[in-house]
Amino acid sequence: MSTEVSGRAAPAVEAGPERPRSGGGPRPAPPRRRRGRRLGPGRPIPFAWAIGPLLLLAVWSVGSAAGWIDERNLSAPWDVLATARELIEDGRLQEHLAASTERALTGLAFGVGVGLLLAVVAGLSRLGEGVIDGPVQIKRSIPSLALIPLLILWFGIGESMKVITITLGVLVPVYIHTHHGLRSIDSRYVELAETLRLSRRGFLRHVVLPGALPGFLLGLRFAVTSAWLSLVVVEQVNATSGIGYMMELARTYGQTDVILVGLVVYGLLGLLSDGLVRLAQRKALSWRRTLAD
Amino acid sequence: MATHPGGLTAAPAVRIASLVREFAGRRVLDALDLEIAPDEFVALIGRSGSGKSTLLRVLAGIDREVTGYAELTAPENVSVVFQDARLLPWKRVVDNVALGLPGPGATERAGTALAEVGLAGREAAWPVELSGGEQQRVALARSLVREPELLLADEPFGALDALTRLRMHALLRRLCARHRPAVLLVTHDVDEAIALADRVVVLDGGRIAADLRVELPAPRRPGTASYAALRDRLLTLLGLDPALDGLPEEDALPGPADGRGGPAGPSDRAPAPESRENRTERANGERA
Repeated sequence: MSTEVSGRAAPAVEAGPERPRSGGGPRPAPPRRRRGRRLGPGRPIPFAWAIGPLLLLAVWSVGSAAGWIDERNLSAPWDVLATARELIEDGRLQEHLAASTERALTGLAFGVGVGLLLAVVAGLSRLGEGVIDGPVQIKRSIPSLALIPLLILWFGIGESMKVITITLGVLVPVYIHTHHGLRSIDSRYVELAETLRLSRRGFLRHVVLPGALPGFLLGLRFAVTSAWLSLVVVEQVNATSGIGYMMELARTYGQTDVILVGLVVYGLLGLLSDGLVRLAQRKALSWRRTLAD
Repeated sequence: MATHPGGLTAAPAVRIASLVREFAGRRVLDALDLEIAPDEFVALIGRSGSGKSTLLRVLAGIDREVTGYAELTAPENVSVVFQDARLLPWKRVVDNVALGLPGPGATERAGTALAEVGLAGREAAWPVELSGGEQQRVALARSLVREPELLLADEPFGALDALTRLRMHALLRRLCARHRPAVLLVTHDVDEAIALADRVVVLDGGRIAADLRVELPAPRRPGTASYAALRDRLLTLLGLDPALDGLPEEDALPGPADGRGGPAGPSDRAPAPESRENRTERANGERA
């Protein structure tokens, strides 16, 4: 029967005449537009990101050389470089850096561990969510730094107070983003895991954790930033080592060059650690073909 | 089979009696009875909303809120192929196939299954790197590597282009001939049902409106008289006038004339709800 045959082949045949109709019927080709105003920002300029910082550096250098900037307010760039070299040569910078890094990493490790654990418990059970989510959301609305007075009363002014402050700052972004990642795992994958008779552990390992990984890594990026931020503050509270202590000491002696070295180190640490997390993201999420960053 | 220790060859793989499933008071499956023999290939057709997918989900064990039944027996080892391939995007192809396979040698078995569906050499690919047809072949491999007694397929080829779909039909026929599971294939494509199935079951309004054995010679080519007769019969059961070949015409298709004509197959057009009752009667009349 010819009707059957044509009915079966319909998709292929009808795709052809369908196409010109979508263009709006027979119509002459539109004339070439001439006076198009470009509304977008235009083509990218190479190394555009460096323009602003270099300009700032130039103003700073010129201002220092010409004597417009008082050395007591802001040391000249070359003085900062010289001071940095001195600090490195006598080992003080490394010593403080090691103390700071240890604090930050300890706090980060605790915060990531606790945040991840809470997120998994809250993501997998309704009861867990009821118990955990509320307190974390409350914590989120209170800046960790505002808790410092209380933490000092509870834990004193030693290392534990500092690490706990960092942990609290790290925990929240890790929890929020991992929890969101967990909850947005496609329910179809849960259905699949059920039909494949995956065990609870297998489900966690093959579906839940990898599914939540993008969210977790995003949370980790925020967490790293937050760890350095908390570090700056806790190191200025009765510390005897660390970059923040070094800067605080320099303030009492009016050494703006040392303060600037500290700032540059903080900046580099932030950049470096963010870069590391992004690298980890790229490695761990290589299954995503379109990677925005 | 666990439920029939007697081991009679005639013992059905699936036995359903008086199955009822309601969603918020609406009866989607209405006292449904169905039996499927071991290694029988059953195609389940019906319009949108006729309860096809609901029945499949019940058999797959995904639906935990079945309203009631007199008997509901399905094998222990059931595999499901979904309309979307449903591969975990963060697992390489071979790990998707091996997902949840017990014991050592899972990866080797998965590799063998991939070779069986013609994807040898693609073990290390990510799912996003495969075409739609290839992804669905991976899903088939994932189902068959478990050596299921019952294979459930929910419009597995619905999202594929016509040419790929024909290739997948041939592949599925080959695989079923080798592994011999009982198969329940949900489809809205009458030609697909005739091409693949031993039996075509038409579902309408949550009940079985017709249960036809497909007795056509081996290469089931459209164009033979017996094929055309069966196709016409099934289309009629689905509420379409085969003479019109599914083209919408106002007095042939009651309800609002839909402007959705186009390249889609003739049988996947959902009728207007008010016309269902009247057609159910017609279909039941046909059966009687």
